[in-house]
Formats: sequence, structure tokens, C-alpha cells
Amino acid sequence: MEWLETWGLTATVFLPVVGALILGFINRDNENALKWTALAATLLAFLASVAVVVAFDFGGTPYNTYQFEVNETWIGAINANYHVGVDGISLPLLVLSTFVMVLAVIYSWNHWEEPKNPKAFLILMMILATGMNGTFVALDLVLFFIFFEIVLLPMYFMIGIWGDKTPRKIPGFSKPFETRLYAAIKFFLFTLFGSAFMLLGFLALYFESADSQFGNTFDITQLTQLGSEGFFTNPTFAFLVFGAMFLGFAVKVPMWPLHTWLPDAHTAAPTVGSVLLAAILLKLGSYGFIRISLPILPEEAVTWAPFIAILAVIGIIYGSLACLAQTDMKRLIAFSSVGHMGFVMLGIATMTDIGINASIIGMVAHGLITGLLFFLAGSMSHRYHTREMARLGGNIKLMPVMGGILAFTAMASLGLPGLAGFWGEFMSLVAAYNPLDGLSLGVFRTGMVLGAVGTVLTAGYMLWMLQRVNLGDPSAEWDDHEFHDVDRFELTAWVPLIVLIVVIGFYPKVIFDTTTDAVTSLVELAFGTETTASVGTLVKGG
Amino acid sequence: MTNLLILAAEEGEHVVQAGDGGWWADTAGIMLVLPFVAFGLILAVGKRLKYQGGEIAVAALAINLVWATVLFVANITGGVLDQTTFEIARIGSGLVFELGWVLDGLSIMMYFLVNFVGLLVFIYALGYMKGDVRVPWFFAAFSLFAGAMLILVGAPNLVQMIIGWEGVGLASYFLIGFYWDDLENVRAGNKAFMTNKVADIGLILGAVIIGVTLGTFDFAALDLAAIEHNEALAGIALVGGFLLFFGAMGKSAQFPFHIWLPDAMAGPTPVSSLMHAATMVTAGIYLMARTFPLFENLAQEARGWMVAIGAITLFAIGLLALVANDIKKVLAYSTVSQLGYMMAAVAAGGYTAGLFHLFTHAFFKGLLFLGAGSVIHAVHSNNMTEMGGLRKYMPTTYWTFVVGSLALAGIFPLAGFWSKDEILATLQFEGYVAFMWIAVAGAFVTAFYMTRAVALTFFGEYKGHGEPHESPRIMTVPLVGLAIPSILFGLLNIPGVSWPGIGNFTEWLGVRMVAMGDHHAEAIDFALAGIGLGAVLLGIAFGWMIWGKDRVTQQARDRFEVPVLYPLLRHKYYMDDAALGLVWATSNPLAKFVDWTNTYIIDGIVNAVGGATKVLGGLVYNGLDQIGVDGVFNGLSAAADSAGSALRKIQTGRVQEYAAGFVAGALILVVLFVFVI
Amino acid sequence: MIVNQFLILAAALFALGVYGLLVRRNIVLILLSVELMLNAVNINLVAFEAMLNTTEALGQVFAIFVITVAAAEVGIGLAIVLMIFRNRRSANVDELNLMRW
Repeated sequence: MEWLETWGLTATVFLPVVGALILGFINRDNENALKWTALAATLLAFLASVAVVVAFDFGGTPYNTYQFEVNETWIGAINANYHVGVDGISLPLLVLSTFVMVLAVIYSWNHWEEPKNPKAFLILMMILATGMNGTFVALDLVLFFIFFEIVLLPMYFMIGIWGDKTPRKIPGFSKPFETRLYAAIKFFLFTLFGSAFMLLGFLALYFESADSQFGNTFDITQLTQLGSEGFFTNPTFAFLVFGAMFLGFAVKVPMWPLHTWLPDAHTAAPTVGSVLLAAILLKLGSYGFIRISLPILPEEAVTWAPFIAILAVIGIIYGSLACLAQTDMKRLIAFSSVGHMGFVMLGIATMTDIGINASIIGMVAHGLITGLLFFLAGSMSHRYHTREMARLGGNIKLMPVMGGILAFTAMASLGLPGLAGFWGEFMSLVAAYNPLDGLSLGVFRTGMVLGAVGTVLTAGYMLWMLQRVNLGDPSAEWDDHEFHDVDRFELTAWVPLIVLIVVIGFYPKVIFDTTTDAVTSLVELAFGTETTASVGTLVKGG
Repeated sequence: MTNLLILAAEEGEHVVQAGDGGWWADTAGIMLVLPFVAFGLILAVGKRLKYQGGEIAVAALAINLVWATVLFVANITGGVLDQTTFEIARIGSGLVFELGWVLDGLSIMMYFLVNFVGLLVFIYALGYMKGDVRVPWFFAAFSLFAGAMLILVGAPNLVQMIIGWEGVGLASYFLIGFYWDDLENVRAGNKAFMTNKVADIGLILGAVIIGVTLGTFDFAALDLAAIEHNEALAGIALVGGFLLFFGAMGKSAQFPFHIWLPDAMAGPTPVSSLMHAATMVTAGIYLMARTFPLFENLAQEARGWMVAIGAITLFAIGLLALVANDIKKVLAYSTVSQLGYMMAAVAAGGYTAGLFHLFTHAFFKGLLFLGAGSVIHAVHSNNMTEMGGLRKYMPTTYWTFVVGSLALAGIFPLAGFWSKDEILATLQFEGYVAFMWIAVAGAFVTAFYMTRAVALTFFGEYKGHGEPHESPRIMTVPLVGLAIPSILFGLLNIPGVSWPGIGNFTEWLGVRMVAMGDHHAEAIDFALAGIGLGAVLLGIAFGWMIWGKDRVTQQARDRFEVPVLYPLLRHKYYMDDAALGLVWATSNPLAKFVDWTNTYIIDGIVNAVGGATKVLGGLVYNGLDQIGVDGVFNGLSAAADSAGSALRKIQTGRVQEYAAGFVAGALILVVLFVFVI
Repeated sequence: MIVNQFLILAAALFALGVYGLLVRRNIVLILLSVELMLNAVNINLVAFEAMLNTTEALGQVFAIFVITVAAAEVGIGLAIVLMIFRNRRSANVDELNLMRW
């Protein structure tokens, strides 16, 4: 257990990249060896994260204390350390990341996009995994930034090489672009644009902390402590730093109106790329808000909260409406992410423990559900060679199992109570009714009502999608086609997701018991109140 | 939540004496789980069984019915009051989410109703669905419904209520769109789901507001707080009450949300019977009854509006049944109308009156739908103009249908008479006299259209194709099974009568954590009962005059085509068209607009920035970089390059030339060392 | 003892070696010239040792080292020559300009 304490997280983070190194030595024609190596690497990383969960101490510890902490000097000159650790907030996301990665490798087993090159693809996936896992455990801003940026590169190549090759007319440009190139470049530049500002924010914190008891520091725990002691309260400084970090995280989430890279990237990316993008990459942004922005600059966060809430609500409504106009199935699912992440951000914007808990379970649920939706969309376009919903229809007749899973997932996505998606949305609304003291009730309660309207719109486009894709009679176009229903690799990758969606739906305790103590103490540390105390008191203390 | 019970017990005054149900109560949760087990089992192995999974569904409900019956009997003999919950989430120190099951007069009545009617309908469906497509899926979804409905009924708190609420909505969506090969049915399912979803905003926001205010979603806490006029709750009671009512309006198809229910008849008839008549659509009434103390004690201002909605529903939508030709639609409009009665009653303060009508209605409306299904099964058409004269061919169906119709119309002493009479009495007592007269008019309309339905279907000459025949026993036995309670169960709640040993329906239903405080008449108001019965008899007579006389051609319908009114009714007051038009007129352009904004404004900005940067890049590259900066570097490298090509000529590759150079160098060094230094 | 005569002998031998190294065209003879040069050095070493008479007999030791190295060098050198000859059918260094630019 001693070993786990010190090496558990490092193993979780770096096992995939070790796998990538081994993959580098395997002949590119030896597909089986490549696949098994990749599976072993991700599976080991997953098992390492599970071991961390098993050994995790769920007893409430105050915020800003981490478990499995490792703090080694890394770049002494700028006081940047290899500092990693987990707490209740990052643990579910870390496990989600390692878990979805395993499923992605399993799914890849017999789903290779053209140009087929398993070696390169798997290596990119492994690097991606390391970046994502690392972001969730990094406790040093430089380390965080590096992991945060590492994920860009593999994703860029995934989209750019294996993406959708159809030409696409971009308004304002005379000649059409290849969808994948446009999307890849847009994704990369958009995210880089945001993270450049984010880096500026990090550097500003580093230099501002010079006069503190820690000296210049990139350490998140130290900065958090400084933040809670009111160290970064110079209004201009706080505003600029929060704004800079906001840009970095909001692009990644993505928040309206910085979301337009997302539909393009999702639509163009290969299946596994979209799955990882939706399931995990988007969470890096919202996680950044919770881990970095809120605790370090709590007062500024409160100032920004109504603004974030407004953008979040616009995102909910806007994303849902945009879905109603889509004809491309994958693009529809991509836009649905804008709406769902809107609920996540609404939860965070309330600055209460209910809201932040809601946002974390919302992230996990969105990861599972939208990941599964992208798997399905990928498998379907693999079989139909089109994503145009007008040409689909009667899918459930041609492929009953696939259609059934699609129906299930669509229901989960529209927030059906009893499935995972419900809790994030419902609790976001609960939190929005009663945000942190001092926040504008008008803004948040209007947000609550509009959010509820958003759930109706969500139901609308999901049902419409089901109607166009799943139901009715298949068009004559497919008469002579032979369709293979879900194969065993797809089933192996999907069934765990389905099970988790149901389990979290009926027993959200599995997530909440991990997060609630950390979140409550975070809110207490940052804002000085325990917000559940302010909801009714009728049955307290019994 | 046991602390609440203790809390309530300490309060003393509100508490109703009752047993805790013992082992049966502790294990009652099995009722909530079994249908889901059946759902999974049917999907897994249903295809291979004789009845394609139907037997699993029936078995699950049969086992359920054992529990329901035992608890029902325990409740009528001594009262059962129990609540079992387990925590599924805890946020911070305050907010707790629980699942579980509640056992009190109200929920036990519903357990019994759902399982009893459900079992009979399931058995009926074994025969009805034989040879149809996707039978395993039918029974799986039907079991899913039963499970969700029981979760809803057993809900100890608002959150579980929402879970069950949306669950039954989901099952409803599946089953309305059961024949999804035809997109028309899919649209009906979508319409139902979406209409309900809009109303669900009310339920969800109501739950949020009440839950946050109280710090718990628990019904018992809500009821207790309402009875004690809790200040915090009083502050939001009106908003919360209206929101909950808004949710109830959707599920219970109150005006103007009723538009989904007639379309829902696209599903197989057993579905219409159990879900869209007997149980699911009563969920809204159930919600109102569950939270009754809130309306009774704190949100009284809301009542007038709610009664008005109920009254509009019961009369205006009832009228629509007069012009429908589809037998199922006639019954659907009738259901909406009866739900209006229940809603008006509960909203007016008649907790028992509304629920008693819910109870009796479940039997006779379930029966009517099953009868209609039996007819449809025989003539392969929903259209009453293709029926007629079936009295001779299908005697059992005919007799049970007539019993159901009379019970629905409210003929003494059938079940509907007693429950409708109680509603009239409640409306009168609570001071909603105008609405009472509307209800009386509604009774007239009810009798009128049921007479029409019976006359068109069973009298006159057969106008359809082929030779109709009586349905198999597996379908007629449930008909009889429902006809008996339709006749007898009205006697359970005769005002002022308490049957020895078991009491009456009012007492059973009064077994709640807190007293409901609604008014109960001590004796039959013969004047009011007479008025009600008179209206019914008038309706039957009137209906028989129009549709009964011309038994052969039955062209009487044409004579009824009153200008203005008839087209208005035929087009369902144009409400469906208006709703659909509104949805399309708003959502479509809005969606298009958003998409356009996204492509041309937001993305336009992004692309413009990209394009501008590209142009700038070109300027920088061609002007500054290529000529200026790059010039320097290119010059340097060119110099290095030419120097290299000049010098490399020394490297001849001949060893001896190198050696010569070496020797020459050595000689020079020798000369230097020896002679110079 | 006078070392001059030894030094003159060695110098002559070395000059012969240098001459052979520079003007001969046959690789084998060039190698032999190198041997001449090495041996000239050996003579110098032994001669100086005889004059200085160190206790460790350093001159002889070095001479033996040089002989050993020379033997190894000739071995490898001849092997290379053999390979070149096999490939090119010639041992003329003028034709060997593989290492040209």
C-alpha cells in the first residue's frame, strides 16, 4: 500500500504513455500486438485508478488536502513541482477518464477509420490519455497547463488525419475546405487561443504571489490557501486573471459563444475521437473552473457568477434550438453537448455545494451518455455511410439492438429521471433557486425557469432524432443492404456505459458520496458558508 | 424519515391511529421492483415463451396483487401507516434524496387499483395481442409502465414521484408509438411526451421550490408543514401549489393539455385501457391528493382557478365525445371529462370525493376500453360507422359494455352514481355552486355520448366487413372481472354508511400521516342526487331519441350537425391545430435562426478573424518576412554554402595527398621549432 | 656512449619511409613504408634508453608496444587491402578516391 500511496497516481497518468513507447517498437503491421498492448496499457491505468479509489479515504477531510499526494521538485528555477494528488472532486473524473479510455480501445478493435494505421492512432490515443488523466491530478499550474495542452496535439492529428474527408463550404471563403482540415485547425487554434490567456493568468498568479509566505509559486494548494486568505483581492488584478482563466476554460467547456469549434470538431472527428472529446475533454474546462478559478479567486468568482450563469443559460437554450435545426446526426449530438454543459456551468455559477455537486455528476453523466451517443452515431455512419437523418429511418427495424440502445441513450440524454442525466439537470435547477448569498436571485431564478424550458427543448430534439433515425419504415435505399447488428466489441464497449448510466441514475450516492465532502469544504473555504444550511430547516438534526 | 414519524407522533393531534402493516409492509417494496424484473426477463427470454413474455408480465402482477390485497385488507380492517426509505444521495449536511415506499390509505388504494386492474388488463392482452407484431416488446414496455406507476404511487417524496412520473411518460411514449412503422403513431407518441414534458416544468420547478424551502422533498414533511402553517412554506405555497397543479394538468390531461390523450389512442387498446384511462392519467389527481394539505391549508387562493380548469375540462372536452366516430376517441374524451370531475373535486377540497371517483372510474373506464378493444378485435376497425348490431354477435361484450356505460353515466346504484354524486355534493358544500351546475350538465353530456356510443356500436344493423364473433374467454373473463366492481364498488362509500368491520372508503383513505381535513357528508343529499340522476336520465333519453330510433341507417348523426357548434367540435375547438401551429411557428424559425446565427454570426466572426489573420499573415510574410528578415538569413546561408563548395575541392579522397599535406605541415613545424623559436 | 649514429640511422630510415609513403602507388608498399617509419622510431627509443638507462627500461617497453601495435595495424591494413583488391581488382591508391566529397 505504501507503493500505491506514492506511485498510484503517477502510474495512472503515465502508464498509457509507457504503452505508447512500447507501441513505438511494434511493427505497424502487427495489428494484434498493437491492440493488445494498447488495451493492456489503458487497462492497467484503469486498474491503477481503481486501486486509488479502493484505497481512497472517503472520510471528510478539509478542502485543499489531497490524497496520494506526490510533490517533487521539477523545474527548480521557477519553483514548478511535480505535484499531483486527488480529492473527492477529481476522483470521479479521473476514473471516468481511465474508464472511457479502455472502452475506446475496445471499440477501436475492429473500427478503424481510413487511412488505416492502428499504430499511429493508438499511440495518439495513449498520449491523449496521459494528458487527460494528468490534468485531473495536477496540483501545479505549470504541470496542469502542460497536461491541458498535451491533449490538443493528438486530438488535432486524430481529426486532421482520420476525420471526415467530405468538402465543406465555409461561409465567407470562396473554395470549400475538407471538413477535417477546417475542423482540426479550428479546434486547435480556438483552444490554443483560450489557453494562451489562461497561461497569462497562471503567470500573473505566480508573480503576484511573490510577497506571500510561499514566495513565487505555481502550487495550486498554496495558491488556494492564499486565495482563501484574501491574498488576491486587488480588483483589477483579480478581474484580469479570472478573465484570462475564464477564456481558457470557457473555450474548452465550451460556453456560448465560444462553442463553435465543438460541432465542427465533433462532426469531423473519427468516432473514438468524438467520444473522447465529448466524454472527457470537455470536462477539463469545467474541472478547471472548480479546481482553479473558484478556490483561488473566490471573490472575483462571485462577481463573475451572474455573467457565467447567463452564458450558461443561453447555452442551454441556444444549444437545444440549434439541435432542432440539424440534419446531420453527429452534429445534433455535438450541439446537445452545448446544452448539457450549460447545465454544468449553471451549477458551478451558483457557487453553492449543491450546484457544484450537480455540475460534477452532470459531467460524469454527460461523459457516459454523450460518449455512448457518439459511439452509436459512429457505428451507424459506419454502416450507413451517411449521417444525414433524412436518409435514415427505421433503424430499429434494420438493427434492433442498436436501435434499442440508441433509444435508451437518447432517453438518458434528455434527462429522464432514474437515469444518470437527471441528477445534474435537476440539482442544477435546485441550486439555481437558491444560489450563494448575495448573488442576484432574479438572474438565477430566471435561469432556473429557462433551464427547465431547456429540458423540454432537449426532449423535443431527442424525440425528433429518434423519429427520424430509429422509427418509421426504412427508406427503399437500404433494401438491398445487409446490416450487421451490434458486434461483440461494440457491445463490450457499450454495456458498461449502459450499466453505469442506470446505476448512477438510481443510486447517485456512488458519485455524491465521493464529491460532497470535498465540495462542501471547498464552498466553506472559498465563500465561508455551508450552503445546504440555508435550505429549509424542517427536518434538520433528526 | 422515521424521525418525522416520531415528530408527528409527538404532535399528537394530527396523527391517525393505524398499524404498521408488519412483514407485508416491510416487504411491500417488492411490488415496485417486480415489474422491472419482468421487463428485463421479457426482453431477455420473452421471444422463446409460449405467450411471448406475456406470462412473465402476468406473473409479476399476480405476485404484486398478493401484497396489494393483503395490505388493502389490512388497511380496511385496521389501517396501515408505514414508510420505508433508503438514502440514495446526500449533499452536504442538508439535502437528502431517498427512494422507498409509502404505505397509507391513499397509496394502498392505488397499489390495489394498479395491480388489480393491471392484472386483468394484462390477462386480456394475452388474448388481444396474440399474433400481433413485437409482442415481447409490448409486454416488456407494459411491465415497465406498471413498475414506473408503482414507483410513482409509492413515492415518499417528490423526487421519486418525478422518477415514476417520467417513467410512466416514457412507457406511454413507447406504447402509443407501439406501431412505429407508421410515423403517424410516432407523432402521437411525441405529442404525448412533449405535452407532458411542458407540463412537467411545473412539477419539477414546484418540486425544486418546495424542496429547497423545506430542506426535504418528503411528502410527509410537506404535509406536516402545511398543517402547521409553516411560515417558510406559506411564503411559496401559492407558487409551489400552482406549479404542482401545472404538472398535474399535463399528466391528467386537463384543459388545455388534454390534446395529447385522444391521440394517445394510437396505442394498442389494452394500453389505452390501463394507462390512458384507469391509472396513468390519474397520476395528476394522485399528486394533488398526495399534497392535499398544501392546497387545503396554504394555497387556498389557487383553488378557484383549479376548479375552473376542472370544470372546463369536464364539460367542454366531454362535448367532443359527441362528434367523434372512433370508439376509442369517444372513450378518450370521456376520460378527459371524468378527469375533469376528479380534478374539480380534489381542487375544491374533496379529497375523498375526487379519489373515490378515481377509484370507481378505473374499473368502469377500464372495462369500457377493454369492451371497445373486444369490439375492435372482432370488426377490425375503430370506426363506429362500421359497427352496429353487435349486440347479437358478442353478448358478453355487449352486456359488460352496457354495465360500464351505465356506471360511467351514473345510474343508481352503479359505482359512477355514488362517486359522481359525492363530487356534486362537494362542489356544492365548498361553495362552487356554479361549477356544480356545470358538473350536472357534464353528467347530462356523459349520458348523452355514452348512449350514442352504445347505440351506434351494438344496435341497428352490422355495417362492417365479415362476420364478427365473440372474443375468446381470455378476453371476456377480464370484462366480467371489471364489470362486477363497476356495479358494486359504489356501495363502499355511501354517505353516512359505515359497513361493519371494514368501515367505508372515506375512512380507508383518511389513513394518512396527517389528517386531510376535508368535509364528509353525513347523509345522502336526496335533492342533489335526484338532480344528478335526472340529468343522466335526460341524457340517455335524449340520446336514445336521436340515435336509438333510426336503428337501420343511423343517419341521425347528420341531423345533429348544428352550424358553428358541429364544425367547432369536429375540429376539437381548433386547439390541436393551434398548438401544433404554435410549436412549428415558433420552434422551427427559432431553431433556423439560431442555426443561422451560429453559422453566419458567431462562426462568421470566427472565420472572419481567421481570414483576416490569414491576410495579415500574407502581408507579414511577403513584405516583412521574405524580403527583410529572411533576406539576412538567406544571405548568411548562401555565403556559407559558396564557401563550402570552394573548400570541399581540397578533399580529393586520395590518402597520399592527405599524407603529403600532413608531412608538409610537420616539416613546417620542424622548421618553426628549430629555426624560428 | 654516443647516440648520434643511431639517430642518423633512424632519421634516414624515417625519411625513406616518408618518401615511400608519398610516392608509392601500391598500397602494400605504402604499408611497408609505414612499417619503416615505425621501426625508425623504435631505434630511437632503444637508443635513448641505452643512453639514459632508466630502471624501468621504458624505451624497450615502448618499443615492444610499438611493435605490437604495428603488427595489429598491418594485420587490419592487409585485410582492408585484400578487401579493396577483391572488389576493385587493383591496389593502386590513385584509383581509390571513395572518400572524395
